[in-house]
This record gives sequence, C-alpha cells and structure tokens, in this order.
Amino acid sequence: MSSEAIADTVGPHEFLRAQASWRLSEVAFWLAALLPFVLAPDYLILASQIAITALFALSLDLILGFSGIISLGHAAYFGIGAYTAGLLSVWGWGEPLTGLVLAGAAAGLFGYLTSFIIARFRHLALIMITLGIGLLLQEAANDASWLTGGFDGLQGIHTWPILDRYEFDLYGRTAYAYALAVLFLLFLGVRRIIHSPFGLALRGIRENGQRMPAIGAPTRQHIRTVYTIAAAIAGIAGALLSQTTETASLEALGFQRSADVLVMLILGGAGRLYGGFIGAIVYMVARDQFSGLNPQYWYFWIGLLLIAVVMFVPDGILGGLALLQRRVTISRPKDPP
Amino acid sequence: MPPVFGVLFDGIAYGMLLFLMSVGLSVTLGMMNFVNLAHCSFAMLGGYVTVTLMNALGWPFLATLPVAFFAAGAASVVLERAFFRRFYNAGELNQCLLTIGIVFVSIAAAAYLYGTDQQPVRLPSYLQGFIAVAGLDLAIYRLFLIGTAMTITILLVGAVEATRFGAQVRAAVNNQRMARGLGIDVDRLFAITFALGGGLAGLGGALAIAMLGLDPSFALTYLIYVLIVVSVGGLGSIAGSLAAAMLLGVSDMAGKYYVPAVGSVLIYLVMMVMIMWRPTGLFGRR
Repeated sequence: MSSEAIADTVGPHEFLRAQASWRLSEVAFWLAALLPFVLAPDYLILASQIAITALFALSLDLILGFSGIISLGHAAYFGIGAYTAGLLSVWGWGEPLTGLVLAGAAAGLFGYLTSFIIARFRHLALIMITLGIGLLLQEAANDASWLTGGFDGLQGIHTWPILDRYEFDLYGRTAYAYALAVLFLLFLGVRRIIHSPFGLALRGIRENGQRMPAIGAPTRQHIRTVYTIAAAIAGIAGALLSQTTETASLEALGFQRSADVLVMLILGGAGRLYGGFIGAIVYMVARDQFSGLNPQYWYFWIGLLLIAVVMFVPDGILGGLALLQRRVTISRPKDPP
Repeated sequence: MPPVFGVLFDGIAYGMLLFLMSVGLSVTLGMMNFVNLAHCSFAMLGGYVTVTLMNALGWPFLATLPVAFFAAGAASVVLERAFFRRFYNAGELNQCLLTIGIVFVSIAAAAYLYGTDQQPVRLPSYLQGFIAVAGLDLAIYRLFLIGTAMTITILLVGAVEATRFGAQVRAAVNNQRMARGLGIDVDRLFAITFALGGGLAGLGGALAIAMLGLDPSFALTYLIYVLIVVSVGGLGSIAGSLAAAMLLGVSDMAGKYYVPAVGSVLIYLVMMVMIMWRPTGLFGRR
C-alpha cells in the first residue's frame, strides 16, 4: 500500500506514526555501519570521512530533498563550522564536544541570517544567491588570510581527547566512532523532524510553494527554520572534519565541495533519509579506489555519472531500488478475492 | 593615460566579451526556462578551435573566428537535440545537474586533449600595439573587441526587432504557450536560437583568449560571470545583458585595480545586491 493510500484510510496521526516506525532495513544499515571496526580496520580513516560527508549530505537533503530549496553554496556553512572548530583549537581550546556545539552555533547563526534572503527567492535567483553566498565566503576567507591562513590553510590545530579519555589515534578508531556517534544522533533528530507535521509542511512547500500559503502554512518561516537547522548540521559536519583531520583549508568551503555533496545526494536519492548516506559511501569509496587517477579525469567520470543518473534514474540509487521493488510487487499475481 | 579612462576602457572591452558569451544563454533561458550551466563550455570549445587552427594548421586569426562560431553552434545544437530537449519540463535541479555533468566532462576532455596549461595565441601584428586617440593610448585589440561586439549587438538587435524570425523569438520569450497556440514552431525556433547563442559564445571564447587566457577551467571560471550577467540583466533581454555585462566588466576591472584586496568579493557582493534589489534583473519583466 502506498503512503498516500494509508493517508486516505487512516487519520493524520496514524499516518505520521506509520511513517516514523523503524524498518528492519534501517536497523541493519546502522548495524552494518559498525562493521568497519572489525572487517576493515585499515580503512577507518576513510570510514570517518564518509560519516562526515554523509552528515553534510544529510543536511543538504533536509533543504534540497525535503524542502525543494536548491543550493549551490552549501559548503559555506560546512566551512564556517570547520574554521570555527579549527580557530577555537588554535586559540587554545581544543575540547571537541564544545567545539562541535560552538561550530554548529556559528554556522546556524550565519544560516539564520542568510535564511531571510533565501526564503524570499526561488528558481534562478535562488540558485544565483546560494552560489553567490558560497563564492563570497570563499573569497572573503581567501582575503582574510590573517585569520584563516589563506591558501595554506589553518596551522596548528590540535584536538584534545574526547571526554578527556579517548585520544585520537593514527588508525582513525576514535575518529570513526566519534563521527559515527554524532552522525547517528543528528540523524535521529533529522528523522524526527521529517516525520513531524513540520516535516510534512516542508514536503508540501517542495511540492507546491504557492498552494502552501493558501492553506495557511507560514511558508517563509518554515523555510527559515529548516535552513537554519541544515546550516547548523553542516557546520557540525565541518567541525568534525577539522577536528578529526586537524586541518582546515579553503577547500572546506569551496564550490567544489558544494558540487560534490550535491552529486552524492542526487546519486543516492534526494528526498530520502538514507539517500545522502548511500551516495556518500559510493562516491567516497569510488574516489578512494581511483585515487591514483588525476582529479581532472575523475571529474570526467563524475560528469558522465551525473548525466546518466539524471537521464535514467532521476531519483538516485534508492529511488531506482524502490521503483524496482514496486515493479516486482505489482507483477506478482494477486490472490483472488 | 589617466587610470580612470584606462580602467573604463578595459572594463568596457571585458564587458563586451562577457556580453558575447552570455547573450545566447539569456535568450534561451528566457524562452525555455532551461538553466544551461554548460553555456561556457561552448565558449571554451570556440577558444580551443581557434587555438588548434592557428597553432596546428597555421590559419590566420581572423579566419578562425567564423569556424569557432560554427563549431560551437553545431556542438550546442547537437547537445540540445540529444539531451537538453528532454529536460525542458524537468525542473531546475535536474537541468542544473545535467549541464554541470556536461561541464565536468568538457573540462576533463579539454585537459586530456590539450593539457592544463594556458594556451598560447599569437595575434596578427595589425591587432597588436597601441593607438593614440585624443591623448589616450588604446590597445588595438581591445578596440577591435569593442568594435566586433558592437557590430554583433547591432546585427542582433536588428534581427530581433525587425525580422519575422525575431518577432517569433520575442513572442516565444514573452509567452511560450501562447506562441505555440498561434502556430509558431517553438521547438524549431528554440533549436535555432540555441545554435546561435552557442555560436556567439564560441566566438566570444575565441576572442577572449588574448585577453582572459584559455585553460580547461575556463568553462567553470567564466560560467559564474556569465550567470551573473544573465541574472542581473534579466532573462531574455539583449539590452539587459549588455548593460549588466558592461556593469560587471567595469566594476570587476575597477575593483581589481583600485581595491585589489577585496576585488573579487566586491563582484559577488554587487551581484547579490542587484539580485535582491531586482530579482528578475535590470530589464526583466518576469
């Protein structure tokens, strides 16, 4: 039974509750996320990078996949988080958890301020505005080299042990556990938001931005709220990156990062909670496997992949799988009534 | 030469290049609402055609320009028929992704064929040097640029304002569905406009080598400038594109000359303020 059919037969509360119940595949996914500790201990650094990127993709999914706000400059918030955590450490406060919170707050504050602009525009103007915010911040960070270290990146970041106990090790055990724990906690939050009436309103805005105000939904206020939340999550992802790698560079807020995360999200399936995760895993593992390849040629394949995904599976890997599943279910002969 | 005039002159020449590279995108965007981020890839193609013809085959610079125009036009119409036409109703996100994919592929292809170095181009001697006009030393090539772009602008405006084809284009930009209802073959019209726009971009790219340089990142670097011109000028407006291109060219040159520390920040700031002030652009109606 499709979700719309459920909504027709039961009340709204039951509908939301049915949506929010945990599926077996979700539990399996999170258990599988623990496997790298035993199966691939040499790849834990990569795994921690994937978890961080997945968190970033999740935050983009919140605005792009669920609310229909196209952003070509989401790395701005990631970069603010990365530099906030990095600068705190350089200035003598390397405690990771408070660093994470402060980085999220800084990115969230910038997100809140920019959300007033974002909520006013749609279509091409919105694309240009988000692109502009990203480029503006990148240039500003490049110019303010006294603060950011400019082209060379921030020097001298040192992250203290988590809770004074868990030292960051060379193999990335702590880093992966830390990143995965943060990812899981924030995922729970995002999952709760998506399955709330507010989340439903966001999807309404995505589907029809004109009709939502007509049924009394404060569209702009909703967009501002979700944009601020997404910015804060992106900031936390950025802080995780600079804390676990102990570097922060301009690359953290460049256009390339905004484009990469968009590619991952589309590849996995936008508007699905696990889309960004699947996309991040596939993209990052592939890039690690082809790391010998010149980055120029890597983007050749990414470009081809983008064209193919948009042409043939516009809903990404997860969307394609769901379609396949539906086809199989439909083609199966039905029991006679 | 007083720096004010020099900066103004350079800015106008630069703005003319930006205009050539963006006018096609503005018109096609206005007609079909198709966000074509690969537009600068056509400009880059024009540039590489000129470089190849000059350096490998020894053609004179001026003779390569029409070839660059036709090559980029042909490439754009092939892409339009093969890919873009399926995405006219697909939403901006899919259009963006498709065309960014094409940008990535074109950059990689250019890097594979030509390497990542700047391409050398040797202008003919009659386009080099300076000419003194009213006490100012003006670079001949930049005068040539301005003259060429002005000629094309006049031809373009004349074609759009005074010919049957131009009237159909204006009708389609104004209201695509109504134009279809009146029996105008908008698909055909769009393919022609797309080819013309791509060709102009190719010509712009070929002319740009001597002033802006040419390497595989061209398709992405100048895409941003072209998008600024289009969104500030207003979709489907030739005059708007010209005004926005001049504004951008002059303010970019002035920013880089007078306040080099914040020059590039200034451009993005100007763009965002302009878009916030007039979301549909200077001359846009929608």
